Amino acid sequence: MGVSTIEFKGTKEQENLLKEAIALNKDREGALMPVLQAAQNIYGYMPREVQQMVAEGMGVSLSEIYGVVTFYSQFHLQPKGKYKVHICMGTACYVKGAGKILERFEKELGIKDGECTADGKFSIDGLRCVGACGLAPVLSVNDDVYGKVTEDQVPDILANYKE
Amino acid sequence: MEMVNVKINNISVQVPSGSTVLEAAKLADVHIPTLCYMKNLTEIGACRVCLVEVKGNRTLVAACVFPVFEGMEVQTNTPQLRKSRKQTLELMVSDHNRQCLSCAKSGDCELQRLCTEYGVEETTFKGITHETKIDDSSPAFMRDNSKCVLCRRCISACTDMQSISVISANLRGFVTEIGCAFGEGLGDAPCVNCGQCIVVCPTGALMEKDDTAEVWNAINDPNKKVFVFAAPSIRVTIGEAFGMPVGTNATGKLAAAMKRLGFDGVFDMNLTADLTIMEEANELLDRVKNKGKLPMITSCSPGWVKFCEHYFPEFIDNLSSCKSPQQMFGALLKTFWAEKNNIDPKDIYVVSVIPCTAKKFEAIRDDQSAAGLPDVDAAITTRELARMIKAAAVDFVNLDDDVFDNPFESGSGAGQIFGATGGVMEAALRTASHWLDESFNVIEFSEVRGPSAIRFATYNVGGIEVKVAVASGLANARELLEKVKSGEVDCHFIEIMACPGGCINGGGQPFLPDSIRNNVDVVALRSKAIYDADKDLPVRKSHEHPDIKMLYDEFFEKPGSHKAHEILHTKYKERSLF
Repeated sequence: MGVSTIEFKGTKEQENLLKEAIALNKDREGALMPVLQAAQNIYGYMPREVQQMVAEGMGVSLSEIYGVVTFYSQFHLQPKGKYKVHICMGTACYVKGAGKILERFEKELGIKDGECTADGKFSIDGLRCVGACGLAPVLSVNDDVYGKVTEDQVPDILANYKE
Repeated sequence: MEMVNVKINNISVQVPSGSTVLEAAKLADVHIPTLCYMKNLTEIGACRVCLVEVKGNRTLVAACVFPVFEGMEVQTNTPQLRKSRKQTLELMVSDHNRQCLSCAKSGDCELQRLCTEYGVEETTFKGITHETKIDDSSPAFMRDNSKCVLCRRCISACTDMQSISVISANLRGFVTEIGCAFGEGLGDAPCVNCGQCIVVCPTGALMEKDDTAEVWNAINDPNKKVFVFAAPSIRVTIGEAFGMPVGTNATGKLAAAMKRLGFDGVFDMNLTADLTIMEEANELLDRVKNKGKLPMITSCSPGWVKFCEHYFPEFIDNLSSCKSPQQMFGALLKTFWAEKNNIDPKDIYVVSVIPCTAKKFEAIRDDQSAAGLPDVDAAITTRELARMIKAAAVDFVNLDDDVFDNPFESGSGAGQIFGATGGVMEAALRTASHWLDESFNVIEFSEVRGPSAIRFATYNVGGIEVKVAVASGLANARELLEKVKSGEVDCHFIEIMACPGGCINGGGQPFLPDSIRNNVDVVALRSKAIYDADKDLPVRKSHEHPDIKMLYDEFFEKPGSHKAHEILHTKYKERSLF
């Protein structure tokens, strides 16, 4: 919940794309979902500014939009980082300490699960089982996969992405 | 109408096809308990309290939404059902703030009543409880989600009844919470403070901001002159808070009870309803004759005024510049009355008793301070006054009837009907028609009275075709305004009240549980009491009232005078939606 701490940097081009999506769907029944999906695709997340544009364009209250956006896990209130840290929280990984690893990432980066750092570099997301239980606990940073991770390795993993 | 035969607890009844099991049970005189259900508002089968057994059905079904069919056999009160309901309630209670003793809703709480009926134990389920914060950002009311049962009645009231939708169900599953976008407070949202969400809330999750402590402090301050006045609708609803039937006119007991609380003056707000009519009818005729902005729209409902400022700013210039009767009374006390009795306005503390939570916001609006001080210091609802009367151990029901204090002891019948939808329009017509044509001798303009949601009428007075429209409930107001915008409706004068049925059904009126609201036409009964009171009053037109004549002779000179404008009129401003 809560407002994104990252400054909104939407472009005119993105705004026009969203307006097109609204114009295309406005008079259709059940139009809100396709418009919200379009907005999520255009901006990558659903900050207040985007939700307000949808509310104004669709003639729907901001509260109604927010209710829908927070109901579906496909919509994100926070942007994703340049490096997306995905930590498997499936049963096998969890019993082997994925919770502690997540906590360590949160501590190192100063953000919570689902959030993005202020410089837009890292985001953390806990995932359901990724199907690599043999490597538990497993995590990925963009396309790099790390298996049998321990809490102490977290700073070293992050160091790989500090330019 | 096609009828079907059903059996409810082995009682055979014929019910219209398409009825729900709940409706069918009512026809068989069988009571099925409900919690999230509210007739004509929320019929979603969410709470699972109304579950019943249907013969041949594998699972229990929710009576409030399940339709009947020919030959259906229903059981509503088996051991299995009682167990299921008890367990459902226990699960709700496991994540509920159980500090009932300190809850203002205690005794009126529908969850509490069901738990008592089903012998619910507090400790059956010991699970985690979700964290909540109290939202007290609104000047009118507070939301405490630790007492919320997620019935969604408030969402229906806000979205369907009022077309505002500033609250939704946010997140999902166990952490679902009813609130505004981005977890913000109601005070920061484009909420109009109508309080209809409070009226329909089954628990204490939504309550008005209680201002009674401040009022008691003022009463106990020897340096303060504390004056109180009661709005037109209070007299026909306050009895409900003391167990009297819906629709009881308790004017005499209300005056007597208020006098026992220690106020320095107990007055009747009907009088400034009359004063509003003098100014508003004058403004209307002025706009008609001098080609001012039309249609003119009434401004006594502060929920409607804020709605206009947020949602229809293009109509702000159509709003009458008249302050509401509440603000006019406060202004009158701090100017005319202070001058006449040689009291420093700073020593006057004005308390209004109103049926309305939005009036709490109105009292702190800009440009509502005729004497350089707020016109009204505390606006308390019917419920808060009832609480004060109870705390003072006044035996309301057995009080001898009394009258309000002089010289504001009573208004006219026109002032009295302000409390019901169409009342302000009718009151204005009684005076405006007289001013246009003295031979026009109609008192009752029944065409503008309820109950239909939007009403139109045309009157031929003094060579002018006066076209009027009335709407109550903001979804209806929206519909009417859209028609005015498109040109489909063309009229001179519109009355809008935020609450469906008008002030008698305001957000500050006594709580009536679902057991009454689902079975009795509350608005019709309260409304009848208002119109009956009008019939009994000796003066029924505002301009004929002797106190009104006195006020203009001694103080305001004439309606619309410079002095009247300074003291009795105000301004509005556009407000944002985000």
